[in-house]
Amino acid sequence: MTSEQITLDGNDAVAKVAYMLSEVVAIYPITPSTPMGESADAFAAAGKPNLWGTVPSVYEMQSEGGAAGALHGAMQTGSLTTTFTASQGLLLMIPNMYKIAGELTPTVFHIAARALAAQGLSIFGDHSDVMSVRGTGFALLASGSVQEAHDLALVAHAATLESRVPFLHFFDGYRTSHEVNKITSLDDETIRAMISDDMVRAHRSRALTPDKPVLRGTAQNPDVYFQARESVNPFYNACPGIVQAAMDRLAGLTGRQYRLFDYSGAPDAERVVVVMGSGGEAVAETAQYLAAQGEKVGVVRVRLYRPFDSAAFIASLPASVRKVAVLDRCKEPGSTGEPLFLDVVSALAESPLSPTVIGGRYGLSSKEFTPAMVKAVFDELTESQPIHRFTIGINDDVTHTSLEYDPTFNIEPSETVRCVFWGLGADGTVGANKSSIKIIGEETDNNAQGYFVYDSKKSGSVTTSHLRFGSQPIRSPYLIGTGEANFVACHQFAFLERVEVLSYARPGGIFLLNSPFGADQIWGQIPSEVRDTIRSKGLRFYVIDATAVAQETGMGNRINTVMQTCFFAISGVLPRDEAIAAIKQSIKKTYGRRGDEVVARNFMAVDKTLENLHEVTVPASDAELSILHMRPAVATGAPAFVHNVLAPMIAGHGDDLPVSKMPFDGTYPTGTAQWEKRNIALEIPVWDEKICIQCGKCSFVCPHAVIRSKVYPPDALVRAPGGFKSVDARFKELPGERYSLQVSPEDCTGCALCVEICPVKDKTQVGRKALNMAEQPPLRVAEVANWDFFLTLPEVDRTKINLGSIKNSQLLQPLFEFSGACSGCGETPYVKLVSQLYGDRAVIANATGCSSIYGGNLPTTPWTVNKDGRGPTWSNSLFEDNAEFGLGMRLSIDKQQEYASELLKQLAVIVGSELVEALLTADQKGEAGIAAQRERVEALKVRLEADLEAEPNAPQAAKVKDLLALADTLVQRSVWIMGGDGWAYDIGYGGLDHVLASGRNVNILVLDTEVYSNTGGQASKSTPLAAVAKFAAKGKGTSKKDLGMIAMAYGSVYVARIAMGYDDVQTLRAIQEAEAYEGVSLIIAYSHCIAHGIDMRKGLDQQKLAVQSGMWTLYRYNPDLIEQGKNPLVIDSKAPSIGTDKYIAGEGRFQMLIHSDPARAESLMAQANTENKAQYLHLEQLAKKSE
Amino acid sequence: MIDLSTSYLGLHLKTPIVASASPLSHHPDVVQRLEEAGVSAVVMYSLFEEQIIRTSLELDYLLTHGSESFAEALNYLPDHGKYSVGPERYIEQIHELKRKVNIPVIGSLNGVSPGGWLHYARLIEEAGADALELNIYAIPTDPNATGADLEQGYVDLVRNMRAEIKIPLSVKLSPYFSSLPNLAWRLMEAGAQGLVLFNRFYQPDFDMDTLSVVPNLQLSTSRDLRLPLRWVALLYGRVPVDLALTSGVHTGQDVIKAMMAGAKVAMMASALLKGNPEQQVRTVMSEIRTWMTDHEYESITQMQGSMAQRSVAEPNAYERANYMKVLGSYKDVGPIIPDVTLQAGMLYPVD
Repeated sequence: MTSEQITLDGNDAVAKVAYMLSEVVAIYPITPSTPMGESADAFAAAGKPNLWGTVPSVYEMQSEGGAAGALHGAMQTGSLTTTFTASQGLLLMIPNMYKIAGELTPTVFHIAARALAAQGLSIFGDHSDVMSVRGTGFALLASGSVQEAHDLALVAHAATLESRVPFLHFFDGYRTSHEVNKITSLDDETIRAMISDDMVRAHRSRALTPDKPVLRGTAQNPDVYFQARESVNPFYNACPGIVQAAMDRLAGLTGRQYRLFDYSGAPDAERVVVVMGSGGEAVAETAQYLAAQGEKVGVVRVRLYRPFDSAAFIASLPASVRKVAVLDRCKEPGSTGEPLFLDVVSALAESPLSPTVIGGRYGLSSKEFTPAMVKAVFDELTESQPIHRFTIGINDDVTHTSLEYDPTFNIEPSETVRCVFWGLGADGTVGANKSSIKIIGEETDNNAQGYFVYDSKKSGSVTTSHLRFGSQPIRSPYLIGTGEANFVACHQFAFLERVEVLSYARPGGIFLLNSPFGADQIWGQIPSEVRDTIRSKGLRFYVIDATAVAQETGMGNRINTVMQTCFFAISGVLPRDEAIAAIKQSIKKTYGRRGDEVVARNFMAVDKTLENLHEVTVPASDAELSILHMRPAVATGAPAFVHNVLAPMIAGHGDDLPVSKMPFDGTYPTGTAQWEKRNIALEIPVWDEKICIQCGKCSFVCPHAVIRSKVYPPDALVRAPGGFKSVDARFKELPGERYSLQVSPEDCTGCALCVEICPVKDKTQVGRKALNMAEQPPLRVAEVANWDFFLTLPEVDRTKINLGSIKNSQLLQPLFEFSGACSGCGETPYVKLVSQLYGDRAVIANATGCSSIYGGNLPTTPWTVNKDGRGPTWSNSLFEDNAEFGLGMRLSIDKQQEYASELLKQLAVIVGSELVEALLTADQKGEAGIAAQRERVEALKVRLEADLEAEPNAPQAAKVKDLLALADTLVQRSVWIMGGDGWAYDIGYGGLDHVLASGRNVNILVLDTEVYSNTGGQASKSTPLAAVAKFAAKGKGTSKKDLGMIAMAYGSVYVARIAMGYDDVQTLRAIQEAEAYEGVSLIIAYSHCIAHGIDMRKGLDQQKLAVQSGMWTLYRYNPDLIEQGKNPLVIDSKAPSIGTDKYIAGEGRFQMLIHSDPARAESLMAQANTENKAQYLHLEQLAKKSE
Repeated sequence: MIDLSTSYLGLHLKTPIVASASPLSHHPDVVQRLEEAGVSAVVMYSLFEEQIIRTSLELDYLLTHGSESFAEALNYLPDHGKYSVGPERYIEQIHELKRKVNIPVIGSLNGVSPGGWLHYARLIEEAGADALELNIYAIPTDPNATGADLEQGYVDLVRNMRAEIKIPLSVKLSPYFSSLPNLAWRLMEAGAQGLVLFNRFYQPDFDMDTLSVVPNLQLSTSRDLRLPLRWVALLYGRVPVDLALTSGVHTGQDVIKAMMAGAKVAMMASALLKGNPEQQVRTVMSEIRTWMTDHEYESITQMQGSMAQRSVAEPNAYERANYMKVLGSYKDVGPIIPDVTLQAGMLYPVD
């Protein structure tokens, strides 16, 4: 590392330093710290040495708890260690952190600080996590910017060695961890000069070694524990001084001076804000601005929070201080104040100063914290009776804690250029902007900052990029505000009708639009709201058909290079020729290693761009009133909650929702995704009813439940729209009825799995099927009408059909629909199938991961209800405890059912013994049985209510009320425990194992993508041999854990391994057997995933090849068969019939190894072939054993 | 003592048997054993232009697909930063072969478009290849593209390629040209020193269960020898280049026929891919020796071209052969280009 100006994000800035100073790095993915672990792993894979010239050992653990344990061991045996984590991960480390600190062991944990899951999970930044570990004995060092995070990472490593106090170095998740900024890097000499080798040796000398054996980790008794606990005091007393000395040394080496408590502002300030983290930057720049205008304000930025050096804090305050506001980025419900506030109060109480102190909360979960809000806090301090416990940045209309602020207050220097870009996840916009920031940062003298915002969906997600650049260093840790951007680009034409793209534009700014319409046609094609804004703000308006240029130059749908070229061409940040040269250089640097063709195509895209970029002449007025308008966020007719609460979130106005609109216990209605019509598919399937064989495979595999079939009486068609398609149904149980297959055009993601799976080929043209993709826009209006009509058709009577066939199963209403999962997701078809079969009685425990995100990320949820209002009820507890969470649900339901049964017997006189008997002995195995029991329960309720009404004060009234409350539990509940392989194989395995052993009636569905998909594809113990994944960058060198075999070893667990792409009937059967089995059932479902590096259209083909090659053998192990004297194990797929080469040819995760290390790839794949065959033989042997 | 030596593209070869481009060249140990068995040169498997482009685009797709869409997963696969998406692996294998065997190693490039990939030829040369075989294999589908356009494209490609490298250059062709001798001549003029007749198309087949078009690789048999045999015999002496016969060479007699038609070498691939390649070669070598002994031939050079069209008593047996019996005694030898070996433009002597 040499000292130079570099442009990078906070995670990268920290990882570079931490890696340099470590020998053992234990990692585990958790947002937003994951990229630090990925960087460390990538450095090690590339053989990059640390400061002492050796390559650190970077090791992925099964959980953060495991990582802390491994590090504890590594540091106890004398290694220099680090890890990276956040949020729940940090909480899992707490037990070890007490130990590590108690034993005075130097280490640094780098934390991208993040909110904790409470009423809801949040991946975004605040200090809830780090404040939860302030009692562990770790020092807490806070960084407020990318540069600080880089610098203080080094200070932390230096100070821990000297002080022996372990350090937690933290910075704000996303705001700092993901902000790209231009900083001055630390060179090797500086790092070298900051680290004392004597201290390193001293650390080693304390290592556990049999050559000098010691005992550490004793159990202590009441006689001495207390004294021993106090024995560390001198180290904590010395620590702040050591940190300040390290900061001073750094200042000597770099010129960048930090202090434990950094005061800035007016020297005679009377009003001072105390704050920590990136918010400190916003306060500091605001204080500076206000002080320059004569206001007596200042800020103390807290860097070393623990050990809290009260004297240093008091010394940092100007003597003139009269009022102090302490800002905490966390919430401690029920406390007298948040942690930093309490520390400040306590320090002031023991000092000669006696200012008024108020405390406030700000910025939870990356809520924006702007100079306008800072000003409101300073203003509050001018009040004679300020609010003592306030919030800022929200509208608390319930307990009225929030301060008012003027959102138009703005302090940014006018010379700073601000640009906002709207893009679609898949179009490369963010990547292009990261490249632009680097170009501006590294090719010009400008300072530059980039921050990127993503929405909550994985498919069709909207991204906004906020770029600033200018001659002055850019601090501003907040988004570009409304009406502030000099340049706004909209990379997707369709956004114009969905979001207020131009809200960011300042008057006289520039608007660049990617449009299929040319400069002379565009004006009539945009919503009138957009036209009005362009005119009223006097924007200069440019268009380019970037999609056409990208297509023409072989770039597909990636318009990044084209739009980036436009940005440089229009914005004038660099002379045009220089900009083009810089873009090309950047392309070469980024793509050069991917081959000449990629570079050539990007170059061509650059060259073709300028000739297609045109300025639009904005007419003074519109001759005719346009009929085009922006669309409402949700359709009219949506329920009030959707309309009032969810719609603003969808429209990007969630920040404006007041506290009173929020469900206070985190409970939200289901059935809400149906209102969020995203219109993201460019193409949708079109049904050819003439050749369709009504097999149901298309809707079976549809990841988004957007293609559905219904069988209904012919007279139901009376009000059908003109183009509605209907044919005679081919269902033997439903004679004389009609059949329709209908697509929801505005919910479809265009993944085309339905077309891929369709088995019908048009005899006159075999390339055509019974479903064929066609452009969505021309079909939209008609198909919306058809879909709306389709929904009014009656659902099938579940009791009338045999659910053992694919086609029949697909007549059942999905109670999981329109999720935001990736287009073509391999998990959701299984989830949807469960919802179709058992959703009306399902209770679902969902592990954190992809399924909890597409299942439960606001604003809307795909879980929904049927016409009776029944549907899956769903909850996500944590990542690590999902099996236990689900077991708890079962225990609870069973207990309630048991109690209800007891009450029934006790109340037989009231209820009637016949009904009691029927309720208690009901056969609920099938749909008819469930329906009959529901009727009985309704009858029961009627009788109980009648009794209660007649004799409200009778002695049995309490029991009657109890039974009324529990009556519904007499209908069988289906408990499902769902999650991915990261949960089941790794972090949740301990709990899963316990549940497997429990014998209770739960169904466990493992959506096995063979990686941690949600955090971007890190290896799990499910990752197969030779697959490249993050944390296994060299290709996984160990075999996939055989979870099914482990579960089978219990003998009492129903186990199935399924892959619907190979055998859909086996999938259906396994799920039905699992539900029928009165015990624990484990289903391991092959789920193709975007992280496999596959063409998602071919996901089902890959499933097939996985099975054919022996990578994924299908089987069912049913303990019920033992009682029938049969072998419980049935293998459902044939012996490997093709080599793994056929399978891996379509999987990027394997191809990457072939491209990067062919020899290793060859050897690992040979091993995989052998193992696959051996595994099959082993299964075959087991399956034959007793026959 | 029978002399089996020949020369091809200026290379002195101990036998007329050359291992044609096939997957066998992936395995240096196999090539070593082939050398011991009597193979006198090896043509590497082909480096495909399309494959290089496809690999490059695929890798780019892998590293960008799904990236920067979702806050928790900014991408899905680690970026090593170092990949062999171009000819790196190929070049490495040439190096390895050159280290392990003493016979000449001939590189093979497959492509049809003019473009940057041509510089791979230079890399192959620098890696130590003794010659380069340019395998031209394009299926025209554009009704606007004329045969003349396509042929001109081939000629230009050869000219460009010739400018890239100094090592000998041969061109492997398909049999589907209206006037093969004319094209052969133009390729010679453009800089080709050898022609390899013919490459084999992998004709697709239909899978009647799935109603899909499936690739179908069928190995050649001796029956396939007749097409190249005829064209070698026709071209020999007409176009001053070295001719290599490939397709259908399975037996010693096949090799001898190839030599007699005028080939400098006979290339084998299918026969070797059937299994136990070195044993195949030994058998063929033994058959050649036996035949030559039985028929009192002293050397391979002695027989080369001895049954070429211009050497046989019935030259028109090679032309319109199917009509011979019908048309009876009609005789017209047609215009045969006089002693072309004396014409200018030869880079090395043709014997």
